[in-house]
Amino acid sequence: MRESKPKIGVYVCHCGTNISGKVDVEAVSSYASTLPHVEVARNFKFMCSNPGQQLVIDDIKEKGLNRVVVASCSPRMHEKTFRKACQTAGINPYYFQMACIREHVSWVTEDPEQATQKAKDLVRGAVARVAHHQQLASRVVDINPNVLVIGGGIAGMQAALDIADGGKKVFLVEKEPTIGGNMSKFDKTFPTLDCAACISTPKLVAVGQHENIELMTYSEVADVSGFVGNFKVKIRKKPRYVDADKCTGCGLCTEKCPSKVLSEFDHGLAYRKAIYSPFPQAVPNTRVIDAEHCIYFQKNRCRACEKFCEAEAIDFDQKEEIVEINVGSVIVATGFETFDPTPLTQYGFGRYPEVYTSIQFERINNATGPTSGEIVTKDGKKPEAVAIIHCVGSRDQNHQKYCSRVCCMYSMKFAHLVREKTGAEVYEFYIDIRSPGKGYEEFYNRLQEEGTHFIRGKVSQVTDIVDSPEDEGKLVVVAEDTLAHKVRRIPVDMVVLSVGLKPASGIEDIARMVGISVDSDGWINELHPKLGPLATPSDGIFVAGCCQGPKDIPDSVAQGQGAAGEALSLISRGKLEIEAAVSTIDPERCMGCRQCEEVCFYGAISYNPVLNVCEVNEAICKGCGNCAATCPNKAIELRHFNNDEILAEMEGLMFAPVDTERNFNEKAA
Amino acid sequence: MADNGMEPKIVAFLCNWCTFTAADLAGTSRLKYEPNVRIIKVMCSSRVDPVFILKALLDGADGVLIGGCAPGDCHYSKGNFYARRKVALAKKLAESMGLDSKRIRLSWIPASEGPLFARVVNEFTESIKQLGDNPTKREVYI
Ligand SMILES: Cc1cc2nc3c(=O)[nH]c(=O)nc-3n(C[C@H](O)[C@H](O)[C@H](O)COP(=O)(O)OP(=O)(O)OC[C@H]3O[C@@H](n4cnc5c(N)ncnc54)[C@H](O)[C@@H]3O)c2cc1C
Ligand code: SF4
Ligand code: SF4
Ligand code: FES
Repeated sequence: MRESKPKIGVYVCHCGTNISGKVDVEAVSSYASTLPHVEVARNFKFMCSNPGQQLVIDDIKEKGLNRVVVASCSPRMHEKTFRKACQTAGINPYYFQMACIREHVSWVTEDPEQATQKAKDLVRGAVARVAHHQQLASRVVDINPNVLVIGGGIAGMQAALDIADGGKKVFLVEKEPTIGGNMSKFDKTFPTLDCAACISTPKLVAVGQHENIELMTYSEVADVSGFVGNFKVKIRKKPRYVDADKCTGCGLCTEKCPSKVLSEFDHGLAYRKAIYSPFPQAVPNTRVIDAEHCIYFQKNRCRACEKFCEAEAIDFDQKEEIVEINVGSVIVATGFETFDPTPLTQYGFGRYPEVYTSIQFERINNATGPTSGEIVTKDGKKPEAVAIIHCVGSRDQNHQKYCSRVCCMYSMKFAHLVREKTGAEVYEFYIDIRSPGKGYEEFYNRLQEEGTHFIRGKVSQVTDIVDSPEDEGKLVVVAEDTLAHKVRRIPVDMVVLSVGLKPASGIEDIARMVGISVDSDGWINELHPKLGPLATPSDGIFVAGCCQGPKDIPDSVAQGQGAAGEALSLISRGKLEIEAAVSTIDPERCMGCRQCEEVCFYGAISYNPVLNVCEVNEAICKGCGNCAATCPNKAIELRHFNNDEILAEMEGLMFAPVDTERNFNEKAA
Repeated sequence: MADNGMEPKIVAFLCNWCTFTAADLAGTSRLKYEPNVRIIKVMCSSRVDPVFILKALLDGADGVLIGGCAPGDCHYSKGNFYARRKVALAKKLAESMGLDSKRIRLSWIPASEGPLFARVVNEFTESIKQLGDNPTKREVYI
C-alpha cells in the first residue's frame, strides 16, 4: 500500500484538570507544533467529548491531515473512540496514535516540570511513530454453520443433538463401531440409580435418526486445516466390510461366524465374533468385520457370513475412505479410558480371576453383559463377601496424582447393587469419601444405613495365601484400618478395583490437529479454568465432557450443552472480523529456518516446502509478535507493531535522532 | 538514594495485557513514582526483539525495562517465557559490548499490581543511578 507523506495533527487533552493540573498542556502543544510533519497542534479541555472529537474531524477534513496523535488518557480508555473519529473523517483508523499523559504522567509524577517534560517526550514518541503508520483493513469472513463433534459419548451426543435441534448440520465422528461411549456399558447410574440404558438408549436413537446429524462411526479425524469459521477436515472412514445401506442388523452373520475373540466392550469378560456389533442397542446397528480375526482375511477361506446374509450386505472389497468436510467450529468430546491396574501387582489383577476392574464390574451388572446382570463369580457362585478398593491409580504419586472424581460414587453404587442382588457383605476400602454433588452425600448416608462396611485405609495386598480356616478358597484383602489403628485381613469372594480415569488414547493427535494443548496429565487445556471452561485458545474449538478432566454424567451433559451453545452463538454471528494487526512474512527475506513456526503458540505459521518459506495464516494469528522478534532474518512484519514503528517511537521518546523519512520515502519511491 | 543529580533515561517495553495495565492502575491509584521511565506498548513481552533493547542502549538509554505477565498468565499463553530467553540473549550481547547487563531488567508484573509497578520503576531508576551514565552513548543506526 502506498503511504502518503505524513501531515500530523496533535491534540493535547486537559482532562479537566486531571492533566492540566500537573502538565503544562500549553507548552506541550506548542512544543508539538515544532516537531517534524506536524501540521497543527492544539490543546483542549476534553478531547474525548463530542466537541473534542469534532476538532479532530474538522482538522482532518479542512487541513488535509492524514495522521493524528491524541495525548490524553490511556489507550485502553479511548483508543477506539479516536480511531472511530479518524474513520468518520475519512482516514484509516490505524493512522492514529495515543500518548498516555494521564495515567503514566500527570497522576504519577510529583514535579510539574518533570511531568511536562515526560509528556513532551511521549508526544514526540507518538509523533515519530505515527509517521510510520500504515493503513490497515480489517477483514470480514463468513462463518460456515456446520459443526464437527469428535467423540460420540454422552457429552458429544448431547452437543450434537442440541446443535441439530437448533437447525444446524452436525458431523459426529466416533472411532468405535457405535456411539454411546462409556455410559452405554453401565447398568445403573449414581446417585439416582436410574437405569443407564433407559436414559442413554433414546439419545443414541435420536442421534442416529436426526436429519441434521451425519453420523460417521468407525471413523477418525485425519487432518484439520483452516481457522475459525472455515475449517477443512479430512475424516478417515475405516472399512466395515458390511454395506450399511443393506445391513438390516438381523445378526444371522454373527450367529454363523466361527471365529471368537474377547469382547472389548465387555472388557475381556465375554467373547464376541469376528463379525459383530458391540452391544444389542448399538447405533448404527450395522455389523462390522474385525479383519484381524476374520478367517477369510487371515486364511482366505470361510465367508460364512456372506453365504448366510440374505440382504447381501457383506462386502469384503470395501476400502478405507477419506471424506472431506467443511465446518465452522469443532467440539472435542473424546472422553476417557479407565486406568489399567496390571502394574499395581499388589492387587493381583490378571493373577486372580476374581479381581475385576470397575468397568468390568459394570458389565457384570449389565443385563446385556457376560452374566446377564447377575453378580456371580467365574464359577457361577453368588459371592458372600465383596471388597471394593478405591483410588486405584488415582491420588497416587507414582501414577495419577489427581482425584478421578467419580470413583467414590460409582464404588458406592456397586455396594448398593451387590447388597441388593446378592445380600453379600461389602467392604469399601477408601482414603477419603468424596461425594460433592447434588444428592451425593445423601447417597453415601444411605449406603451406610444399608450396612456397607467402610474401612478407611489403603489396601497393601490382595492375596490367596491362607492364614486361618476362613481364608480357605477366598481372596484376602489386607489393609491398615487407620481409624481403628489396626491391620485388617478380610476374606472375600470378589474384589473390585475402582480404577481412575485417564484421557482417551490419541488425544494428543486430536489436540495437535485442532491446535490446542493438553496438560501434564493429558487432559485438554480449556481457555480459562473459571471463565472459559468450554472454549480453548484456538477460536472455534470447544471442549465437552471427560476429555477436559474427570467428571460425572450430569457435568458431561452440561458441558455438551454448553459447547453446543458456544458453537451456535458463533454460527449466529454469521460473520467474523479478523484482527488487522497480524504478522506477515516477506517471502523474499525468509530463508525457511522455521523458527517462527516453532514459537507460534497458535499454529498460525506453516512451512511451504515448495518455496522453502514460512507463511502466516492471518485468520489464526493473534498478533503477539513473538515470531517477529524471533525471526533471525527480520522477514516478519507484525502490522501496527512493526520494527519501524516501534524503533521510531523509541527514538522519539529518547530524543535520539528521529529518522521519520525512512519508511515512507522507501514506500513512495 | 544515589543523589548524583543524574536523571537517567529509561525505556520500558510493557505488554498490553498485564504490565501496561498495571502502569495504568498505578496511575488511577495516584501512586507517585520516579519520572524517568518512558513507556512503549507492545502486545506481548515476546514482541521485544533483543535488537530493540540493544538499540535503546546504543542510542543512549541508561536502562531498559521489559514488563510482562506473570508466568502462566501471558495472554498468548507462553510469550513471557520466550521474552525471558530474548532478554537473556540481550544481556549477554550487552555484556559483550562492555555494558553492564544490570541496565536491562525483565519484570513480571500482573495487571492488578499497580503498587508493584511503581516499586519496580523506583528500584530500577535507583539502580541505574548507581550505575551512572550509559558509557556508550552514541548514534547507531540499525
Ligand atoms: C466404572 C465407571 C462408572 C461410572 N458410573 C457413573 C455413574 O453412575 N453416574 C455418573 O454420573 N457418572 C459415572 N461415571 C462417569 C461417566 O462415565 C462419565 O461422566 C461419562 O461417561 C463421560 O462422557 P464423555 O462423553 O465425556 O466420555 P466417553 O463416555 O468416554 O465418550 C467418549 C467417546 O469418544 C470416542 N472417542 C475417543 N477418542 C476418539 C477419537 N480420537 N476420535 C473419535 N472418537 C473418539 C470414544 O470411543 C467414546 O465413544 C462412571 C465412570 C466409570 C469409569
Ligand atoms: S523465522 Fe524468519 S526466516 Fe525463519 S522461517 Fe520464519 S520468517 Fe522465515
Ligand atoms: S504474531 Fe504471534 S500469533 Fe501471530 S504468527 Fe506470530 S507468533 Fe503466531
Ligand atoms: S501478553 Fe503479557 S507477557 Fe505475553
